[in-house]
Amino acid sequence: MENGLSHIRNFCIIAHIDHGKSTLADRLIEMTGVLTEREMSEQVLDNMDLERERGITIKSQAVRLIYRSDSGEEYIFNLIDTPGHVDFNYEVSRALAACDGAILVVDAAQGVEAQTLANVYLALDHDLEILPVINKIDLPSADQAECAKEIEDVIGLDCEEAPRISAKTGLNCHDVLESIVKALPAPKGDMNAPFKALIFDSLYDSYRGVIVFFRVFDGVVKPGDRIRMMATGAVFNVVETGYFGPGQFIPCDELSAGMVGYLTASIKDVHETRVGDTITSDEKPCEAALPGYKAVHPMVYCGMYPADGAKYPDLRDALEKLQLNDAALQFEPETSQALGFGFRCGFLGLLHLEIIQERLEREYDLDLVTTAPSVVYRVYRTDGEMIELTNPSNLPDPSEIDHMEEPVVDAEIMVTKDYVGDIMKLCQERRGEYVSLEYVEQTRAILKYVLPLNEIIYDFFDALKSRSRGYASFDYELKGYVKSALCKLDILINKERVDALSFIVFEGTAYDRGRKMCEKLKENIPRHLFEIPIQAAVGGRVIARETVKAMRKDVLAKCYGGDISRKRKLLEKQKEGKKRMRMIGEVEIPQEAFMSVLKLDEE
Amino acid sequence: MPDKKLGLYIHIPFCMKKCLYCDFCSGVYGPEIRKDYVKALTNELRYQSERLYDYSVASIYIGGGTPTWLEEKLMDRVIKTVFKYYNVEPAAEITMEMNPATASESQLFSYHTLGVNRLSIGLQSSNEEELRTLGRVHSFKDFLRSFEAARRSGFDNISVDIMTGIPGQNPLSLKKTLSDVFLMKPEHISCYSLIIEEGTPFHDMYGEDDEKRKRGEPQEFLPSEDEEYELGKTAQNMIKAAGFSQYEISNYAKLGKACLHNVGYWKRTPYLGVGISAASLIDEIRYTNTRDINEYIRKGISSNFPLYNEAEALSEKKRMEEFMFLGLRMTEGILENDFYETFGVLLDSVYMLPVERLLSEKLLKRDRGRLFLTELGADLSNYALSMFLLDKD
Repeated sequence: MENGLSHIRNFCIIAHIDHGKSTLADRLIEMTGVLTEREMSEQVLDNMDLERERGITIKSQAVRLIYRSDSGEEYIFNLIDTPGHVDFNYEVSRALAACDGAILVVDAAQGVEAQTLANVYLALDHDLEILPVINKIDLPSADQAECAKEIEDVIGLDCEEAPRISAKTGLNCHDVLESIVKALPAPKGDMNAPFKALIFDSLYDSYRGVIVFFRVFDGVVKPGDRIRMMATGAVFNVVETGYFGPGQFIPCDELSAGMVGYLTASIKDVHETRVGDTITSDEKPCEAALPGYKAVHPMVYCGMYPADGAKYPDLRDALEKLQLNDAALQFEPETSQALGFGFRCGFLGLLHLEIIQERLEREYDLDLVTTAPSVVYRVYRTDGEMIELTNPSNLPDPSEIDHMEEPVVDAEIMVTKDYVGDIMKLCQERRGEYVSLEYVEQTRAILKYVLPLNEIIYDFFDALKSRSRGYASFDYELKGYVKSALCKLDILINKERVDALSFIVFEGTAYDRGRKMCEKLKENIPRHLFEIPIQAAVGGRVIARETVKAMRKDVLAKCYGGDISRKRKLLEKQKEGKKRMRMIGEVEIPQEAFMSVLKLDEE
Repeated sequence: MPDKKLGLYIHIPFCMKKCLYCDFCSGVYGPEIRKDYVKALTNELRYQSERLYDYSVASIYIGGGTPTWLEEKLMDRVIKTVFKYYNVEPAAEITMEMNPATASESQLFSYHTLGVNRLSIGLQSSNEEELRTLGRVHSFKDFLRSFEAARRSGFDNISVDIMTGIPGQNPLSLKKTLSDVFLMKPEHISCYSLIIEEGTPFHDMYGEDDEKRKRGEPQEFLPSEDEEYELGKTAQNMIKAAGFSQYEISNYAKLGKACLHNVGYWKRTPYLGVGISAASLIDEIRYTNTRDINEYIRKGISSNFPLYNEAEALSEKKRMEEFMFLGLRMTEGILENDFYETFGVLLDSVYMLPVERLLSEKLLKRDRGRLFLTELGADLSNYALSMFLLDKD
């Protein structure tokens, strides 16, 4: 690299939602070149054709920009995009670890908001230099001075030099590029030290295998090198190295300290290239791995079943394909009396679950029935053995259980003053244990609670948003396991236990949840020729009951003038409804009934 | 007379006022439209007769709407056209629907003279409050007057329509309606429960209530599910006790007075329907006429035929389905041997599973080669009959 480390900048953009993060990223890409002048003439066109031929779609996790500064020198900017949800906290932290600086975008009309702070703290945790940018100054309600003051007061960043821009119109965006050169640090690293790089993401491509995204801290890597993943121990021969153009991969001869890029090495699945792992040279390994690697474990489990039992192999294939690209997704086969053959799947959180579910339904055209999400409980048996329970149906008999533990998280909730009371109330309702309340400024507070994970996986985020009118933000980290009074709630339909509806619940809320489940099921189970009792039971004791009354009368209207087709349509509608039903004993239960109990708190 | 039998349905879509629950293809139209409609209708009758020359007409049903609301001279033209172009059997059953408020004695006399030999009177209830609720244009007195006029005009086969499940109806008022009707000694009674149909004012008024009721939840205006059931049972028991036999889910007749035309629908004998929205079944093809009266008139007057906008050649599968779900509407049900004769396969080879299931649920009974719905099966006919729809291939 002719210009050396001093002409590289690795950074990310952080912002509160809707403050203009993506707009600024687009603007920066638009205002800069993607290739250096030398590369421009040599490589691009061929490569792009090749990409097109192969029809590869690329999720851009990082992009390399070429910027010629006012001083006439050419700089390489690596802009690394970070996911934006608490489920992916770990991925975010690894992406930040690959950066040296961060651009903080603040909406001049809104000022500093909850996520602005949360993101700043996260960036500071990774020792990133922060460049504040005041955005949306074209808005009539924008107040640049007040916004700058707020950033200085609340965050403690000097805003004297902060660019004041409109990413939308492009106004003053050039200042941002210059500031990146001046205010953000160049990467440090030793070109001659053993190769050492951090994996911050990876992507599975059916032609090339896994494409590993990484940041080089020391040394050099080039095609033909033998590399080792320090955590998993896997060893590969590098086939290709390159960097990221917008929407395309551009191969290069080598990647050296300070650079961000990708490599391929005929890697068959992403489980060998874990996010956060350190890549080093197999012949000449570095002394120690980079800090911060964690093996990611699923936090939330649920059963996923094909609505059409015959699609079981299709579901397995689809899950296998998704797993190639998603190291956090786990699954293993399970059977349910009610739902047939399916899989118990593990996810990072509820959003992750929803994303996978949606991809299965959209990309693989599968119709799914899912069971209630559950966290991993620890069940200590009287014989001293401990079971990690992911499926409530596998809970041993109560007589064999000594005690149970549930996972708890350290939760940080940032909220404006007016809603502190409401949010504290919410946390209490969810069995939260109060830790602290700190005012970061006059109107904003950080509430800390220890919360049971199973109280937040369903709808905590929604409840938080609605009780704070969208002003609260929320972050959590697994803290550990605590002993808890838990029990299994069973649902009996027409006196038969439906395994797919069982779940583990805190004793104190069992009655309430049981009652709500029965009510929901009653709404969703069609009437039969006989009366159907729906019961919620804990350890054989019925705690709630509803009844679906027997159908007594169901006749067609007058058949007029030989208009048979209309009658036929009515009968067909009736029959169609039956198709999507599961038989539990004598009772036909529609798929919707299983799904309806997942949203108990919607009203 | 040719051997092949045909039922003929003639649709007269005109009403003095549309009832609040009605979703039939009918409405209030001016005299010009009525005249043009009859022109189109007679053209259609003439056109259809040409390809049906080898059929004899065993029954005619003039329905609506309110046929008796049509001007006498226009109705006269319709009936005369039928007799001119079709081979109407001398003993053919010829029914006309009438609304008690719309028929004069001279009109009835004249129609009887022209050949109409059966009347179907839409009474629904003898309770004035309930009639108002339904948006009927007549009073109970109108009914009494027109019934007597019909008898004097020579009609010895009269059917009365009664409705159960009317908002505000109770067992007492229903019993009163029934005994009021029995006093008139009709030959036939149709008894339907009120269905809240989409697109009607009743749907706006009671749709939500109806949905609640269907889920078995408490409702506000309509009779509760249990009440509705009791009303239906009360009517059924009383009508049977008065000497009528139930020959179909909703129809009762004195001996030999079952409505031949309607039975034809259940037995799938060929029928021709003329007028807007009318359906035909000829050579196992189902035709359905346009529901758009302007289009019907435009095309009919200019003899721009055909007037149907749907024609479906029924597959064997669909014919089997219809054989079952229509045939089982009749109390006598269907003969398994008829199924075999019609389709050349055993009924069990097609319908063993649903038959077994319905037999075990006591909705269906089998007796010496005959399958028929039990009383419970008739109450739950939607559920029971839907079992006979075959899977799409």
